Amino acid sequence: MDNVFLYSGLYLAFLMLLSLYRPVFGPTVVDRMIGVNAIGSKTTVLLILIGLIYHRVDMFVDIALAYAMLNFLAVLAASRYFQKRKGLYDEPPYR
Amino acid sequence: MDIIVCLLLFAGLFFFTGGAVGILRFPDFYSRLHPAGKLDTLGSLLAMIALALFNLHHFSLGALLTSLKMMLILVFVFLASPTATHAIVDAGVRAGLAPWTKGEERR
Repeated sequence: MDNVFLYSGLYLAFLMLLSLYRPVFGPTVVDRMIGVNAIGSKTTVLLILIGLIYHRVDMFVDIALAYAMLNFLAVLAASRYFQKRKGLYDEPPYR
Repeated sequence: MDIIVCLLLFAGLFFFTGGAVGILRFPDFYSRLHPAGKLDTLGSLLAMIALALFNLHHFSLGALLTSLKMMLILVFVFLASPTATHAIVDAGVRAGLAPWTKGEERR
């Protein structure tokens, strides 16, 4: 059963690498935020998988809970910020 | 028991795959939020239930508490993921991003 969890974790990491295309190349700032949100929600599952592989789930489950809250707050704060700033693309004009 | 856990885990990974492919291949921002908002939530639901079931394999009070914490993460994800998606849509709409229509170039 440990091997199943190990390969599931590796596959999840591969999916996170695929989703990383959007934050790197996405044309607008909000596209980048979608990618970051998707990677964060995969990370909570990956943390619990790591805990099961190391047989320390009781510790890693708290880390996963804290990470889920942190990810949610980060995305919420970033979306509020870019809504006020009204800059969708990276190019100038900045003022 | 192990078969149920494997089945649920693989179903969760399948939905995560759908979400990742959708984020890569949909043509514009608003349509890209559709896989990002829904498939990730369902994927983490199935995978988390599988891991909580496996954790209860050797039953004890500590294992039960850990599984309950996983269910707490799940409840939090169900509240937080749609809220975050809605906040991102709101940012895009207020910044004046025009939706993609058929015939335009993919963005």
